[in-house]
Amino acid sequence: MRGLADGTVTALAILATVLVITPLVAIFGYLVYKGASSLNLAFFTQIPKPVGEVGGGMANAILGSGILLGMASALGVPVGIGGGIFLAEFGRGTKLANAIRFTADVLNGVPSIVMGLAAYSLIVVPQNHFSAFSGGVALGIMMIPTVCRTTEEMLLMVPHAVREAALGLGVPNWRSVLSITVKTASPGIITGCMLAFARVAGETAPLIFTALGNSFWSISPNEPIAALPLQIWVYALSPYDDWHRLAWAGALVLIILIVAAVSLVRFVASRGILKGAS
Amino acid sequence: MIVSTNTPQIRISQAQLQPEPGSPDGKRPGGTDAQEASEVRTFLLGRGNSALADRGFRWLMVLCALSIFGIVVLIVAELVMRSSLVWSKFHFDFFYKAYFDPDTGLPNYWDPVNGHFSALPFVYGTVVSSLLSLVLAVPLAIGVAVFLTEMCPQWLRGPLAFVTELLAAIPSIIYGLWAMWVLVPIMRVYLNPALVKFLGWTGFFADDNPTGLGFVTAAIILAIMILPIISSLTREVMTAVPYSQREAVLALGATRWEMIRMGVLRNARIGIVGAVILGLGRALGETMAVTMVIGNAPEIHRSLLSNGYSMASVIANEFTEAVSDLHRSALMEIGLALFIVTIIVNALAQFLVWAVTRGAPARVN
Repeated sequence: MRGLADGTVTALAILATVLVITPLVAIFGYLVYKGASSLNLAFFTQIPKPVGEVGGGMANAILGSGILLGMASALGVPVGIGGGIFLAEFGRGTKLANAIRFTADVLNGVPSIVMGLAAYSLIVVPQNHFSAFSGGVALGIMMIPTVCRTTEEMLLMVPHAVREAALGLGVPNWRSVLSITVKTASPGIITGCMLAFARVAGETAPLIFTALGNSFWSISPNEPIAALPLQIWVYALSPYDDWHRLAWAGALVLIILIVAAVSLVRFVASRGILKGAS
Repeated sequence: MIVSTNTPQIRISQAQLQPEPGSPDGKRPGGTDAQEASEVRTFLLGRGNSALADRGFRWLMVLCALSIFGIVVLIVAELVMRSSLVWSKFHFDFFYKAYFDPDTGLPNYWDPVNGHFSALPFVYGTVVSSLLSLVLAVPLAIGVAVFLTEMCPQWLRGPLAFVTELLAAIPSIIYGLWAMWVLVPIMRVYLNPALVKFLGWTGFFADDNPTGLGFVTAAIILAIMILPIISSLTREVMTAVPYSQREAVLALGATRWEMIRMGVLRNARIGIVGAVILGLGRALGETMAVTMVIGNAPEIHRSLLSNGYSMASVIANEFTEAVSDLHRSALMEIGLALFIVTIIVNALAQFLVWAVTRGAPARVN
């Protein structure tokens, strides 16, 4: 009887694992099947054609996503790393650091659509127009807590002896933090930044009413800009087969970029570059 | 999403830094290591002649860290300010009262053109779809976590963990795209008729929606999306249970399942509850995938197969095309409510997970 219960649970756990893997296989399989047939050179070089004309691509959306992510990283990465340095180097064990750590974790779970609303009322309303800049800020704000927490985690792995060795040589503290501690932990910090980057790369909700989307070339931070996830959304909801085809192709490109980033991160992390340090 | 699945590991490494239970300052986080180090460091720091640069650098870092508080304050201030129009007009009525059409007697929850605003159908839709997704996801997530920590052969553990990590990395919009073109037809043709046939007697599955969209479809895609975070956090708290607990139960002659039940799940239950609540937080705020499959109808039906709406979806759909200031303000108010609820839910979850993993002895698998 007890053996039976044991066997049943084992079977159920295996079943659960299989059930969880099924959608992943299904999603990737369908994505490759639908997307690969629609990918061609035009997808990467042309901008969307007007309704009714066949063809066209998402070149402007790919460029737009790149610009948005660049702006997001310019905001999120330095501030996030700075916060992480404070948590690990200066605030360790203090109440302030604990409160910040807790807030960062909670902020991490705030829905992205709310970040979009905040960026809208902070930037779009005062400026009175949608802009790429506001979209970049929305994404950048989302990166800060994740970058901050991974940076802290990586800095905590650096042994004290390394810091003391630097200080003992007469290096000023700020220099020792930047060129010794942060440098030792840099592979891990880069990993964290890549993960935050991969996360915001696929975000659609915060861009709907900040970056808005654009069917033409635009690189100005002051104008609405196209983004890959936004374009996929617009095309997926459209009634045209040709646009659905483009949506699938866009989704495939997006997922390839994200999976590449995640795999790279995992590869770097599993190589244990930090092992020598700790 | 994917990064947050890593946060528990952060706690583990903090646990590594914690002192042995017997050490004099056992309560202090950061422990003996930091304590011993600080004397050497204060001495060395006192000798430097770069006090100005050091202080400047320190304040810059403090500023970066404080910006996280700043973001929260800014979000709250902006949302409160922009939603004041609706707040001053409806107060809490906004969330539970509805306007009833005097001619037909039917409720008219959301009519921006005529100025009737009630968030009731959105709150209902968000709560129903999230809870339903938890019902689907929690047993599966715990099953996966149990399999990965207690049963899985070593060589399979890495790849499987990677696969669940990938599941967390897929953007919401791609889940939505897949759900629209694959899941919805399956629901329409197979699952919904089956649910009506076998569970129709409960009254929750009525055959009145031939589209395949609706709460159940939304809940299924939500369940797929929140599974990775619940299962990875559950795995984390299960790993934090010391080996001695398992060995003690096994030594009493327990089978593997009894060992898992008595030695692992019982000890980790608070953390598992925390993981589930964190999953709930994600489900509440999930926007794109839900918007694409929930049906987008501001109505309240008893049937789980009928079309609905969620708080995040209505913001995504209507904000850019808001017809009036009041309409925009109402959407802001919904956003504010969503923000407050997710903050509370996440704080609770973090607290529970933290309570379990904090004092745990480090164990590297």
